[in-house]
Order: sequence, then structure tokens, then C-alpha cells
Amino acid sequence: METMENLTISAQLDVENIEAGYNGESVLNKISFSVPAGQSLAVVGPNGAGKSTLFKVLVGLLPVRSGTVKIHGKPLGYHLDCVAYVPQREVIDWKFPVTVLDVVVMGRFGKLKWLQKPRKEDLEIALHSLDQMGIGDLAKNSIEDLSGGQQQRVFLARALAQNPHILLLDEPFTGVDASTQETTMNLLEELHRQGVTTMVSTHDLNMAATRFSQVLLINRKIIAYGKPQEVFTPENLQIGFGGQVLSMHDVMVVDECCPQDELR
Amino acid sequence: MIEFITSPFTYSFMQRGFLAALLVGVLCSVVGVYIVLRGMAFLGDALAHAILPGVAIAYLLGGNLILGAFVAAIAVAIGIGFFSSEGTIKEDTAIGILFSAAFALGVALISSIRTYAVDLSHILFGNVLGVSTNDLIFTAILTVIILGIVAINYKQFMVISFDPILATMIRLPVRFLRYLLLVMLGLTVVVSIQTVGVGLAAAMLVTPAASAYLLTRRLPSMMIVSAIIGAISSMVGLYISYYINIASGSAIVLTATLIFLLAFAFSPRRSKITHS
Repeated sequence: METMENLTISAQLDVENIEAGYNGESVLNKISFSVPAGQSLAVVGPNGAGKSTLFKVLVGLLPVRSGTVKIHGKPLGYHLDCVAYVPQREVIDWKFPVTVLDVVVMGRFGKLKWLQKPRKEDLEIALHSLDQMGIGDLAKNSIEDLSGGQQQRVFLARALAQNPHILLLDEPFTGVDASTQETTMNLLEELHRQGVTTMVSTHDLNMAATRFSQVLLINRKIIAYGKPQEVFTPENLQIGFGGQVLSMHDVMVVDECCPQDELR
Repeated sequence: MIEFITSPFTYSFMQRGFLAALLVGVLCSVVGVYIVLRGMAFLGDALAHAILPGVAIAYLLGGNLILGAFVAAIAVAIGIGFFSSEGTIKEDTAIGILFSAAFALGVALISSIRTYAVDLSHILFGNVLGVSTNDLIFTAILTVIILGIVAINYKQFMVISFDPILATMIRLPVRFLRYLLLVMLGLTVVVSIQTVGVGLAAAMLVTPAASAYLLTRRLPSMMIVSAIIGAISSMVGLYISYYINIASGSAIVLTATLIFLLAFAFSPRRSKITHS
């Protein structure tokens, strides 16, 4: 960790009045919020609430219809590589002929010139990131040999190697084993200590409530934003999830079998 | 035995033919790696057919046929990128429309020419033994340019092929690189019509690269193995064509196919799937 600590600069994220969606339909309607530098934020909401859409907007994959996204007070695209994004695993071609190390080294490409080959330090950072994720021994393996949890760790290692100021994880706890969930969570907490701004979308409301300092509850617009105990009130959950949430004592259960407005 | 190997080279047209086939075999196989990895095989086939109107127009105007093919390939490649870039229609739909339209236009133009039959068969099936010194120089220059483009943009092409999201995030000019790949593909198809013709160009693009994919686990080794397979297919194909007197393009493609079948049978990837 020692090399990463002094390099990290926390980033403030400002989202102002963004409207975005697909094929003429708006998924996000006039959303505004600010994430102070170094915050760890969980984004929750029912299926189709626009969590993935929001993440795509933040990394510049989906153009906004209106509104602005600012990082360090500058518009999106001003900083080349201070945002790292771990996509949902389904979008990756796992049969592509690259090794685990190849993939993690790609995280350094944003810092290299057009013709420049990865330097020795880039390889060292990549290997170090793999070690941090507990998969250093897989460096020379083909990515097609990996289990779901290992696949996720590879992309987390790549995000680490990018040395990001903001780390965005889209559904990192879905479909991976408990040990990978724990490794992911430990990494997030370590990055949080280093001052990296982290933003994670999740279906796991209990994890959002217990392991994150701030929670953003959205359902196409912002329902609530603040500390977990302020956000997870019965009223907010009723507005955000409708009848899908059962709050029993300390445990919240989301009924995922019949989402109200599953769009994508 | 030595005479068996050297005897074709006593003719200068055979020497040119071998050189052209070697260049095209290597070029197609390297570019083909991207075609296979990006799932663009259909596009390669489409482009090969789509150059027909360019060739026909060049013939009617008395110009250079290769140059005509070249212009048509670029036009169609850019057209496909244009129609599908905003996600308005899917890329394979855009390809289907443009390539049939261009092919239809080519056939319409050719049907108006009476004496075209011989040249047309060369365009469709290749005529590696009719390669002139100028053709050979043109092929060599294009091969150097395209392999140069691959070398310069190696890292960038890998990222846009493997992870377009990362490419967007590190602000690579994704659209420009996609066009560049399409243009490279178009140029490669144009060069390959000399040896294997429009009808078989797609095979030279896809078959060696697919064989290499089965045998390797990293992109650089896949490219090298693909180039070697392409070169061997061209050489062996031409010898077969010379000694048993069959069409050179067919002999080359059939050799490549045989290598693919062997690669498929002995692939570590495949055995892993079947035994696990």
C-alpha cells in the first residue's frame, strides 16, 4: 500500500441536474447530488431505478441529455484517468486471448503515451495490485480459466492499478462467493482510509447500512441521501421500493422476485 | 527433391506469384486476428463482395482495377461505420444492406460489359500467376503500411477489442480506431483479391486467425502463429496448384482449412473444454 498512499488525491464529485436514458426514454430525471472527497457511498434502489445508468453517466459511457457531472470541479473528460470503473462481469469477453496480468496492466494504459510500452513500474504496480486482491499466483493464467470471484478480483486489481481518485463499482456483490465479497469490502475500506472516493451500487441493503458512511437511495430520482440511519427509514423504503421491502427488526429484506418496474 | 521445390521458380511469373501470395497470406492472417476476436467475419466477407462496383467502374473508365476496388472498399467501410455508429441500426444489419447493395450495383455494371468474363473470374477467384511487377510493389507497400498501423496502434486496438468501456474511460478515440480497423480490413481485402479473389478473401482473413486462436493464449503469440499459418497456407497452396494444376486461390484456402482442422483437433482450448 505504501506506494499508493501518497499518490492518492481525493476527488469531489458533483452531479447537477442530470437527465439521461435510452431511446428517448428518461431513466434519470433531474438528479443532483454531491459526494464530498473521500466519501464511501452506497447506491441502492430497486431494479430499473437507474443505478447502472447513473454509473455509465459518471464514467462518460452514456451522454447526458442535460445537466453536468464535475470531478474535482472540472467537467467530465477533463481528467483522463482519475475515475476507475468495475463493470458488471457479463459485459466482458472472457475468451479473449489475454492473461490476468495483461488485463491488469491495461489499467496503466491511461498513463502511457500512444506508442509507449508498459514500463517496469507499470508491471510492478499491476503485480502488486494482484497480490492485494489475493490472486498474485494467477498472473500468468488465461482469463478464461477464472471463476466468477476471481474474474471480479482481476477487475478490482485493474481498478487499483489505475490509481484512481474515484472508484465506481457496479453490483460487485452480486453473483460472487462470500470470500470475494469480503475481499471486495476490505479493499473498499482500505481505499476509503486512503481517501479514495468510492461509490458502489448494491442490492444488499444490510451491507449498505453497515459498511458505508453514506447511502444514496434512488428510483429514477433521488429518494434520500445521507447517513444510513437517515436514509433507511420505513417511509423512504416505502417510497423507494414500494411493497418490495420488509423491515423486520434490524434486518431489511428486499423482495426481488417481483420488481415493480423492471426495465433493463 | 530440391528440384521439386525450386522448379516453379524458374518462371518469373511464378516468382512474383509466390511473393504476392506470401505477402497476402501474412497480411490477411494478422488483420484476421482482429476480425476473429471482434466477431467481424461477416464484415470481411461483405467487404470483399462490396468492392465489385469499384472494380467494374474502374474497368469501364479504363483505370486501375485495384485502385477501383480500394476506393469502393473504403467507401463501404466508412458507410457501415456511419450507419451503425449512433446505434441507430445494428452493425450487422448495416453490413447486410450495404454489401448486398454494392454487390448488386457491381453485377449490374458488369452485366453491361460484354468482354468482361475473363477478368471477372480473376476478380472472383484470384489470379496469383497474373500478378505484374507493379501489382507486387503495390501489394508490398500496402502490406508494410497496414502492418505498420497494427504495430503503432497495437495497445489501442487491444483495448477497444477487449474492453470498449475502458477504452472510452481512458479517452481513446474509439470511433476513429474503429474506422481505422475497417479501413485496414478494406485495404487487406483489396490486396487479397489478387491471390484468392473476392469469393475466398474472407477465408484467408478468418481461417488462419481462427486456427491461431485455438493454439495460443495471448494476443502477440496469436498474431505470430496466425501469420505463420497464413504464410504456410499460401506457399503449400501454390505448390499444390502448380503440381496438380488446380486454381491457386482454392488450393490456398483448402490448405488453410486443413491446418484449421488439425488445430481444432489438437487445440488445448478444446481439450480443456471436453475433458473438464
